[in-house]
Amino acid sequence: MLMTQRQALEVVLARRGERIVVTTMSSAGLWPQLSQSPLDFAYIPSAMGHAPSLGLGLALAQPEHGVIVLNGDGCALMSLGNLVTLAHHPARIYVVILDNGQYEVTGGQAHAGVGHVDYAMIARGAGIKRTYAFATLAEWQAGAREALSGVGPVVIHLKVEALPNQKTPKAPCPMSEQIRRLQEALGV
Amino acid sequence: MLDGPSITAALIRSDITHVVWIPDSELGTWDAALSAEKRLTLLRVCREGEAFALAAGLHLGGKKPIVMIQCTGLFEAGDALRNVLHDMNLPLFMVVGVRSYYLHQQGKTADTCPIFAEPIMRAWQIPYVVLDKNHSADDLAAAIQQSHAAKRAGAVLIAE
Repeated sequence: MLMTQRQALEVVLARRGERIVVTTMSSAGLWPQLSQSPLDFAYIPSAMGHAPSLGLGLALAQPEHGVIVLNGDGCALMSLGNLVTLAHHPARIYVVILDNGQYEVTGGQAHAGVGHVDYAMIARGAGIKRTYAFATLAEWQAGAREALSGVGPVVIHLKVEALPNQKTPKAPCPMSEQIRRLQEALGV
Repeated sequence: MLDGPSITAALIRSDITHVVWIPDSELGTWDAALSAEKRLTLLRVCREGEAFALAAGLHLGGKKPIVMIQCTGLFEAGDALRNVLHDMNLPLFMVVGVRSYYLHQQGKTADTCPIFAEPIMRAWQIPYVVLDKNHSADDLAAAIQQSHAAKRAGAVLIAE
């Protein structure tokens, strides 16, 4: 049985420590229900597919914090090249791909490659040495400690349930306020 | 003269910390100088949209990045650029090589890049200046520092 996205994120929450958490699309709607840390950054409005790149910039600028990026499968497919960039510039970045097999926030349409894309294998082929894939909540709970620790970059592929009738999520507060809050927490 | 050592020195004078880039044949001649400068970090990306998002993350984290790309990549990166400059309102500076600029002025090319480079900059509401053979790296430094002082985005277009 697939885990729900909320269950997947609850495991991340338990392991995030002092890391910055960048959310996008579906995760941006769910994460604020679990966390209100100033180190949370809802990347909304976003440029589609670019959350890992934004996270890499933050991880390079703030190596003492490290960054967890909660990405979607549709988003990941929009900029697969950034996996090569992540491998080329090692940093404490952990990209979690929440794979629900669809473009959830636009009404649940299938995306290209649905059901037969191996994101962990693609990441390995891009040069990322630490990749993980978990298909059930029990596996994710057992493996999260290792996957969300140690040297980056790390790519984690989670198979999750799709949610029906979703809408494009809204950021918990305006972008300017999010930036102010994050930079204040980072002391920059 | 816009060569690698003078460009690198101009970036240092302007407090730039990171260069996020995909070079073209003109910007590519600056690679050795940029790579050798220990006070700068050169970050190579795979596509220009990545460059803007990566630079945005660096900026959020307290660094002063600059993006260097060719105009073809600028055209490709429109959504990332829009997001970073207008949704996030980050004062990012970019250097954009304009392919075939001189040949276009002479009516000797069918390359459409020079036709669209400046209109695209205006469409995205990015203040810019064109630097050609008569300019020096001091002009780049001035443009960057003007942008930083005004806390707004900006660009130079490099005539190629």
